[in-house]
Amino acid sequence: MSNKIVDKQKEWVDNTLSKTLERYGERKDNFENSSDINLNRVYTPLDTNSDDYVSKLGFPGEYPFTRGVQPTMYRGRLWTMRQYSGFATAKESNERYKFLLSQGQTGISIAFDLPTQIGYDSDDSIAEGEVGKVGVAIDSLHDMEVLFDGIPLDKISTSMTINAPAAVLLAMYIVVAEKQGVSMDKLKGTIQNDILKEYAARGTYIFPPQQSMRLITDIFEFASKNMPSFNTISISGYHIREAGSTAAQEVAFTLANGIAYVEAAISSGLDVDKFAGRLSFFFNAHNDLFEEIAKFRAARRLWAKIMKERFNAKSQRSMMLRFHTQTGGSTLTAQQPDNNIARVTIQTLAAVLGGTQSLHTNSKDEALALPTTESVQIALRTQQIVAHESGICDTVDPLAGSYYVESLTDKIEEIANEYINKIDKLGGAVKAIESGYIQKEIADSAYKFQKEVESNECIVVGVNKFQVEEPPVEGLLTIDLETERQQVKSLKEHKSSRDDVEVKKALDSLKASAESNDNLMPVIIDAVRKYATLGEICNVLRDVFGEYKSVEIL
Amino acid sequence: MTDRKIRVLIAKPGLDGHDRGAKIIARSLRDAGMEVIYTGLRRTPEQIVNAAIQEDVDVVAVSILSGAHNHLLPKISNLLKENGADDILVTAGGVIPEKDFKHLEENGVQGIFTPGTPTSEVVDFIKSHVEH
Repeated sequence: MSNKIVDKQKEWVDNTLSKTLERYGERKDNFENSSDINLNRVYTPLDTNSDDYVSKLGFPGEYPFTRGVQPTMYRGRLWTMRQYSGFATAKESNERYKFLLSQGQTGISIAFDLPTQIGYDSDDSIAEGEVGKVGVAIDSLHDMEVLFDGIPLDKISTSMTINAPAAVLLAMYIVVAEKQGVSMDKLKGTIQNDILKEYAARGTYIFPPQQSMRLITDIFEFASKNMPSFNTISISGYHIREAGSTAAQEVAFTLANGIAYVEAAISSGLDVDKFAGRLSFFFNAHNDLFEEIAKFRAARRLWAKIMKERFNAKSQRSMMLRFHTQTGGSTLTAQQPDNNIARVTIQTLAAVLGGTQSLHTNSKDEALALPTTESVQIALRTQQIVAHESGICDTVDPLAGSYYVESLTDKIEEIANEYINKIDKLGGAVKAIESGYIQKEIADSAYKFQKEVESNECIVVGVNKFQVEEPPVEGLLTIDLETERQQVKSLKEHKSSRDDVEVKKALDSLKASAESNDNLMPVIIDAVRKYATLGEICNVLRDVFGEYKSVEIL
Repeated sequence: MTDRKIRVLIAKPGLDGHDRGAKIIARSLRDAGMEVIYTGLRRTPEQIVNAAIQEDVDVVAVSILSGAHNHLLPKISNLLKENGADDILVTAGGVIPEKDFKHLEENGVQGIFTPGTPTSEVVDFIKSHVEH
């Protein structure tokens, strides 16, 4: 059969193609995607090895999971529509969550403000001007109680974008649930808890790598015993891509970080099949539809192989790469913001055709400010239209077998694997980050893309082509300084109403545990219960662990 | 002074960790023949102003995406002034709504560049505002 195709292709090139090329040429000399993969004019069975169907693709819900992690995918249940949100105070965010749930959203995703993400209380001088700006300010259990007021934690799943102080916020969540009468074994949700990509791309680190990895493995161990339905980490490529990586680098650096977490957990004495099933992933969805779909499929296949071959996982669940997707924030333009609705639609298609388990769609105004309620609604409706009207959810992995998609899937897996081998040689992801290798690779790709946009090699509609004069956008969401004043005031009042002796006792025993090898979760839960603040807890850990100093590579 | 290269401090005040833009601007300015120093993340206005004075820079190019620009940028210009270094040009880049421009310009920020600005525009702005 392949000889026949070769002959026919030659005939086509000589008789048909050459004439067209001679007369009209093509738009570009060279077609390439973000991952620097050269794109053929046309793909045929020669570009994929279809003899390997069973080993390379197989069936959904089975190793190597290329076609999806569940046998029925969206025929069984649609993905979780989960809009990342949070701003100002716990009370205001609580209202936004209730609005989103009333609009058909099926899970909550919490954005914390930067002081919270870096373990500072709202009254810390470093927090000035930042309180409640990019997410909700949480200082103590008291705020967390307000945040989830009237939201039953046994009915919903909650995702928390929290990394360096993840253990503290998880502890608060556990205690709030307990006060609602929900025990922790019933809790569903995810904490991001992925410190390595903070060092490499996102910046909200506190402690040095070794101590951070200890906190993470403590959470793995604690949750494997007490929280069977909770995802203990969301290993994130999203921010690596936002920082400018290519699609293939996104897969490579994310899975390399994943390898580092698995290794850390195993060397702390955990059995791989006890925790690996609760690892989850988080990817970006950009505009190059087929490259993105191939990226998700390649990531699933590569992770399955890594878990099986490198770590000898036995459980199928340990080999499954389950992931959340967010559409690409960096693809949104401040120019002609309505155009972003079209971009988000393409990215939604990519995520769904790639088999995502949950999705956040960005709002059209996010290149300008935090989204308004109206624009969040359009973003959610975009998912609902794709889910209920497009028909793409009615069969599993509909693009499998496309010569193009399968070839891209192979290529992305190959490039990612080469990077992982290189990172192994550098001593693993932690070393590769400490030396600045990963940051430099990302920055190089970001710079290359910027140059392509500025030379018009890459067109961004409304930015370097099809521009219009436009008045400033009205009606953006702003967070005023009153939020900060309120939050600081409430923190002060709250602190004066606590039992200080109990707080001190809890913080002292936290210090003792941090200095030993004990699992830190129980003492953190105890401190949180006594209303010790996030800042107080993190300061104890700062004293014991020290703080991370970054390398700056330009 | 004719041969002295323009010296620029790329500064990240506030707590946000988004430095893709800062790094791209840093490389672009370097490619345009300037000497560039990057502060790294999470620097206080005091640290930034100290670095600017110590490094004897002509420009402090501030990158901020956390929304704290109205708070932090005037602080930087005021501190420069207090230290007799207000000949240093202060520019800003990041997610900054247009309605905040006036406030920032009145408080010593001379060039504000929002997402989608070609790097060449920043290069030209700095070259035309720094005299050697």
